[in-house]
Amino acid sequence: MRNIPSRQFVSAGIALILLIVFPLVVTNTFYQHVMIIFFMFAVMGVAWNIMGGYAGMFSFGQVAFFGIGAYTSSFLLIAYHVNPWIGLVIGGLVAGLVAIAIGYPCSNLRGHYFAIASIAFGEIVKTLFNNWKLVGAAEGLSLPMLDSGFKNFMFHASKIPYYYTILAFLLISLIVCYLVSTSKMGYYFRAIKEGHDVAKVLGINVVRYRLFAIVISAFLTAMAGTFYAQYVLYIDPESVMLLPISVQIVLISMLGGAGSVMGPVIGAAILIPISEGTRVWLGHKGTGIDMLIYGFLITLISVYQPKGVWGLFSNLGRGTR
Amino acid sequence: MSARPCLEVRGVTKHFGGLYANDNIDFSVEDEEIVSVIGPNGAGKSTLFNCITGFYPPNRGHVRFRGHDITRFRADKVCKMGIARTFQVVQVISDMTVLENVMTGALLRCTKIGHAIEKAEVVLAFAGLIDKKNFLGTELTIADKKRLEVSMALATEPKLLMLDEAMAGLTPVELRGMIELIKNIQKGGMTVVVVEHVMEAVMEISHRVIVLNSGKKIMEGSPKEVVCSKEVIQAYLGDKYNAVSQ
Amino acid sequence: MPDQLMQQIVNGLLIGFMYSLIAIGLTLIWGVMNIVNFAHGDFLMVGMFTSFWLYTLYGLDPLFSIPICTALLFVMGILIYRFIVSKVMSGPMLAQLVVTFGVSIFISNLAVYFWTPDFRQITNPLLSGTWEVAGILLSIPKFVASIGSVITSLAVFLFLKKTRTGKAVLATEMDREAALLMGINTDRINSLSFGIGAALVGIAGAFLSTYYYIYPQVGGTFGLIAFSIVALGGFGSIEGAFIAGILVGLVQTLGGYFFDPSYKYAIVFMIYLITVWIRPQGLLGW
Repeated sequence: MRNIPSRQFVSAGIALILLIVFPLVVTNTFYQHVMIIFFMFAVMGVAWNIMGGYAGMFSFGQVAFFGIGAYTSSFLLIAYHVNPWIGLVIGGLVAGLVAIAIGYPCSNLRGHYFAIASIAFGEIVKTLFNNWKLVGAAEGLSLPMLDSGFKNFMFHASKIPYYYTILAFLLISLIVCYLVSTSKMGYYFRAIKEGHDVAKVLGINVVRYRLFAIVISAFLTAMAGTFYAQYVLYIDPESVMLLPISVQIVLISMLGGAGSVMGPVIGAAILIPISEGTRVWLGHKGTGIDMLIYGFLITLISVYQPKGVWGLFSNLGRGTR
Repeated sequence: MSARPCLEVRGVTKHFGGLYANDNIDFSVEDEEIVSVIGPNGAGKSTLFNCITGFYPPNRGHVRFRGHDITRFRADKVCKMGIARTFQVVQVISDMTVLENVMTGALLRCTKIGHAIEKAEVVLAFAGLIDKKNFLGTELTIADKKRLEVSMALATEPKLLMLDEAMAGLTPVELRGMIELIKNIQKGGMTVVVVEHVMEAVMEISHRVIVLNSGKKIMEGSPKEVVCSKEVIQAYLGDKYNAVSQ
Repeated sequence: MPDQLMQQIVNGLLIGFMYSLIAIGLTLIWGVMNIVNFAHGDFLMVGMFTSFWLYTLYGLDPLFSIPICTALLFVMGILIYRFIVSKVMSGPMLAQLVVTFGVSIFISNLAVYFWTPDFRQITNPLLSGTWEVAGILLSIPKFVASIGSVITSLAVFLFLKKTRTGKAVLATEMDREAALLMGINTDRINSLSFGIGAALVGIAGAFLSTYYYIYPQVGGTFGLIAFSIVALGGFGSIEGAFIAGILVGLVQTLGGYFFDPSYKYAIVFMIYLITVWIRPQGLLGW
């Protein structure tokens, strides 16, 4: 589906208008918060999808890039008063470099082996940050309260500017993903996903393209990390480097449909309200019901609809041959 | 005919531990020839292919392609140089359409998707798959998958096409189609090297045949010469069954 | 100082033997059906809690609850394979990866729901206390657990090598298609392997419960460490998992001793990465 049918354009346009209008109409800050978290995870899901859904590198360690982004921009802000927007870009670049450093030795890993390597990577990074005095070790970093406004990437009075910022990030991510998927790189990613041999005989430099995928993914995920730091104004390894966040990112993409541009957005739209909602209404009792439902859902989806929601639609659309 | 051979394999040796899969293999292929490599199972045919196409380097020996030494080149670089190959177990990209599969090959030589589509359609028309261009890779029959694999290889614009058991598992009608396709490919100026077990095809398409057995090259000649050779028959059937008259 | 070092080595061995037992189950499942059981650690947790509740409610000492833990986890493993895992075997890789994550999250939170997140302990097991041998403190429960682990590992090893069914399991592990062609019901073998893998951590759980804290999230770290062990030993290799378990136990303890204890798990994860980078087949894998 390289040329998007106009029907899809129109519905996307309508959805966008609704999303833009949403926070002006719905003033309940909890709902605005849920939407913000939804957008943030959608960004990370789209980022994951580029390396996972398209290139077949199923990473369960994305949270490391999220954390690196958050820590880089926050540390630069606190220690050197670097503007968070610049910190955002630097955070992305640092995440990209780390991605190359870990991605290169892992170039031959596929499937389960890559997945576990990514978990190992995430855990190692978390341990490092937990012990690194320079960035606050286990206590983390508290961001200074600067004047509210776009210049400082901080808004104290209302969540609405955060909402639009993260929505913009999401749009950027979607555009990046769309451009990648409809370009030579996208085709090459999908060939790599099928198998390294078939990619090689088509002249594809597997190592190079895998690195492209990981770096793009890492950069976008780090952006989300910086956003989170500026939104919450406090970060520590337990909040920005947890394995469950990585798992959540994978789940979002799978639920919505890995390998499609909009899949992760759909997945996030379903999962985040559920997880935020159950956490607030059921989770605070400490009974774990929210996660119980979550685990059940994941198992169900893996067994019965592993291609996700998007998979449902594309099956209906294509019909039988 | 040009001064230099299209492909030159000199003293290629590949061993895995103590097992010599290829032992001092020597042969060359001229431009626009079709050469078949035959031999009993375990003779080292696929190993030879893998050494030539960069999947692993030989332990000793050289491979020269159109005058360039490509001995230690990586597989993707070998493809860029102009050698394309298919696999014994057919490999296509399962969740892409036939057209997209071939486009991926075409993208080696161009960057624009539009160009890739055009080139891919030309190849598909040539290979007789144009009607199925929107089928998914998984939806094809074995024969069509093999055609697709050949198309993908052709789309990379090679000068040498190496086919690993392209005829295996085909019905007589499909076999005829594949033989015609290979002949047409060669007519278009391509040099072709095939590994084959289906002797009917080998006899029909080959200019020359090379026979491997237990890692060594035991004979080289025209199809007729090879088929009548005592040594070749012994290699395939063992000592007892030397039933061909001189 | 040497005494301290010896102590750490002994501690490392004691942990290592438990790791071995846990890893053998994981490598069996992985080798036979190419599925990474992310819920492995949670199976361990169920084994630990089974032992705990039998002790608390019925006064049954953990050593005697081993048969029950084994049977329970065996059945649980088979059921989970039958009703969940078998259905994704033919599906996309991503589904296979995620499904055991789902099971893991479900089981651990089911435990939280029923038993609260509180830490529990078996305070008075039959075999408790410490021996002092040549200046080294040897914890009796840990020592008994290690012996148990060795015996169990040996039993598994003999089962696989000497019995008909065991050989069928090994055959399936080595070459699935060939096994099918030989008339082996590979689906039953999958089931059996999953069951055995779970049963093994059931036993490990019973032993662990004699000296380790018991709580719903305990499976997490054990599970992750098991991956490193399986990789180091070679995916699918029982002997490899056994040896690697001991090695990892030693590395973890000594690593914590020479560097910072908080780095001990990071070191274990580095082992996984280094193994798959440098020697993907592990120490004894094929």
